[in-house]
Amino acid sequence: MAVVLDRDSRIVVQGATGNVGTFHIQQMLEYGTSVVAGVTPGKAGQEVHGVPVFDTVAAAREATGCNVSLVFVPARFAKAAVIEAVDAGMEAVIVITEHIPVHDATYFVNYANSKGVTLIGPNCPGAATAGVQKVGILPGQIFKPGGPVGVASKSGTLTYEIVASLTEAGIGQTTCLGLGGDPIPGTTLLDAVKMFEADDETKAIVLVGEIGGGAEEEAAAYIRERNLVAKKPVYAYVAGRTAPEGKKMGHAGALVEKGVGTAESKLKAFQAAGVKVAVFPTDIAGFVKQDLGI
Amino acid sequence: MNLYEHQGRELYERFGIPCAEGFVVASMEELENEIEGAPFPAVVKAQVLVGGRGKAGGVRFANSADELRAHTEAILGMDIKGHVVQKVMVAQMLDFQAEYYLSFLIDRNARGYMMIFSPDGGMDIESVPEDRLFKIPIGPLEGFTAAHADAGLAGSGLDPGIQAQIRAIMEKLYRMFTEMDAELVEVNPLALTKDGTVVAADSKVVINDSALFRHPEFRQRDETLTELEQEARDQGVALIELDGNIGVIANGAGLTMATLDALTEFGGRPRTFLDLSGATDPEKVAQAVRLMKKSKPGVMLLNLFGGITRCDVVAEGLVHVIEKEGVDFPIITRIKGTKEEEGKAILARYGFTVGDTLQDACRKASETAKDMPLAREVSA
Repeated sequence: MAVVLDRDSRIVVQGATGNVGTFHIQQMLEYGTSVVAGVTPGKAGQEVHGVPVFDTVAAAREATGCNVSLVFVPARFAKAAVIEAVDAGMEAVIVITEHIPVHDATYFVNYANSKGVTLIGPNCPGAATAGVQKVGILPGQIFKPGGPVGVASKSGTLTYEIVASLTEAGIGQTTCLGLGGDPIPGTTLLDAVKMFEADDETKAIVLVGEIGGGAEEEAAAYIRERNLVAKKPVYAYVAGRTAPEGKKMGHAGALVEKGVGTAESKLKAFQAAGVKVAVFPTDIAGFVKQDLGI
Repeated sequence: MNLYEHQGRELYERFGIPCAEGFVVASMEELENEIEGAPFPAVVKAQVLVGGRGKAGGVRFANSADELRAHTEAILGMDIKGHVVQKVMVAQMLDFQAEYYLSFLIDRNARGYMMIFSPDGGMDIESVPEDRLFKIPIGPLEGFTAAHADAGLAGSGLDPGIQAQIRAIMEKLYRMFTEMDAELVEVNPLALTKDGTVVAADSKVVINDSALFRHPEFRQRDETLTELEQEARDQGVALIELDGNIGVIANGAGLTMATLDALTEFGGRPRTFLDLSGATDPEKVAQAVRLMKKSKPGVMLLNLFGGITRCDVVAEGLVHVIEKEGVDFPIITRIKGTKEEEGKAILARYGFTVGDTLQDACRKASETAKDMPLAREVSA
C-alpha cells in the first residue's frame, strides 16, 4: 500500500507555470506520476506539458478529481496556497517552497492538521512511492520499487544519497518522505514512523535526522515505548555531530540552541530505543542487507 | 535577525507597551540634538548584541548633561568583545521595586507558540526554578486569549492591580510577536517601578529571517555572524566558518553537515561549511568558490551528489570556475549519482584527487590537511 501516495493519487501543482513548476511537471510525468492539473491564478486555459492549468485548486478538483497538491509558489504566497488547497478538499499537501516565514508555516501546519489533511514540508524535496508516484523534486532514478524500506528524512540530497545506496545494494523502498529542514514541519519523524508502522508493505524504517529541535527524540521515545524494533527494524542517521552551537547549518531548523537539539542527544535516544545508528550515511544499506537478508 | 535593545524599545512604543523614555544616538552631534529632552537620571547603554557589556563599561549612569556627554563619548566606538559600539541608547533610569519576566516564542516541539511568565525576573531565566515559570502553550489558530493571561498569572501571587497591568502588556506583546514575525520577544525584566507602574525595562527580539521581506527596516548586519558569513548571506549562500583547515563544499545542507561529520571521523578539522544547494548557474558557483577562497582553507573537499542535476554538469561548471578563479589549495573530490563516471573523469582531468567513496575522500582530505595550520593560526 505504501504511505501518502499510491496509484490513486491525482496530483495538482500549485505554481505550475513558473520555471520550477514547469520543469518538475515534466520530470514527474516522465516518472509516471499522475499529474492531472496545474494551478496559477489568471492562467486558466493554458497547458504545461499537456497538463491543464486552472485558476484555483477548487476548479482543478472539479475538473480533474485531483486529491494531492504540490506547492511551488513563492514563499510570500505559500500560506494562502496551502489554505486554499486544504479548503478545496485535498487529502495531502506537499510544500516544496523554502524560506517561508515561520509564523505562516506555524499557521498552515496547524490549519491542515485541524482539518485532517497530511501536510509535508515546507522546505522539503517532496515524497515518492517508488515506481508509482514521485511528487516534488526528488530524482526518480534513485528509487527501486517494491519495498521493503520506508524512508523519512529532514534533508534532501543526503536522503538521495542514502536511498541510492539502498538501491545499489538491491534494497527497494516503499515510500520516501522528505519532511524538510524547517523548524515547524507538517509531518514530523514521529508522524512518519506511525505511518510506516501501519503500512504492511514497509518492513523496515530508515530515519534521517539532523541537529535542531526534538523531533528525533520524540520519534525515538515512541519507538522505545512500543518496542517497535521487535516488529520492524529502524535505522537512523543524524547529521550535524560536529556543528557548533548557535549556528544555523544551512536549514532554518538545523540549529543547536542552549544545548538543545544536539546530535548526541538524538543518537542516544535512538540507541536507547533499539534503533541502529549509522556513522556514515551509506552504512545504512549494509545494516538493512544484513538484517533482512536481502 | 537579532534586534538591538533600542529597536525593541521602539517596537514597544509602536505597540503601546509602557517602557522607559529614551532615544538612541550614533554620534556626539546627534546627542546634542537630543540632549535638551534627555531624561535624568539617565542610563547610557552600548547597543551591542553580545552579553557582558556592563562589565566592559558599556552601561553607565548620568545625572547631568555633561555626564551624559562624557559617557556617550566614552562608549561610542568602544570595543566590546570584538564589536565596535556604533550606537548608544539613553533612557530614563527607573527605580524598581520588583522585577518579573515575560516572553513569547515559537515552540518547535508543540508546533505552536508559547508564553512564559515568571514573577521572578531580572535574572537569567534558566536559573529560575521550574515551579516559578508559568509556561502557557498558545494554539496559532486561536491566538492569545484572556484565558492564556489568566493561566499565566494564576500562580503568580501578584496584586490584582499589577496583574491587570501585566495582562494588558501580554496582549500587546503578543500582537508585537505575531505582527513583527518574531521568533522570540523577551522582556527581562518586566519591572514594577516605585510609583507602581509596570514597564518593559529591557528587550530581546529575534525577527524571523524568512519574514524580513515584510520588515525591510530590520535588514541589517547581524553581529552574530563573521564578516565572511555576512558576505555569504548577502549573496544568498549558506556559509559557516569553523576553526579547522578543510573547506567543505557539498550540495544540500544535510549532505554538507554529513561531510563535516565524516571528516572528523578521520581526524580532519573542518574550516568551512558551504552549501552549494542546487546551484548550477556558473555565476552562483563562481560566487561559492570565491567565498571558499576567502575562508583560506588548507585543503578543499568537494562532495557532490547528482540527482536531477547531473554530476557531469556540476563537475564541468565547477572546474571551469575553479580554473578561472585560480585556487592555491589542493582539491579532493567525491562525486556520486547521475552520470557519476563522466563527472569523475572531468574532475580527474583537471588534476583533482577523486575519492572512491565518501570515507575515502574524507581520509585523503584529513591526511593532506594534517600538518597544515588551523584557521586561528592562519588569521594570526
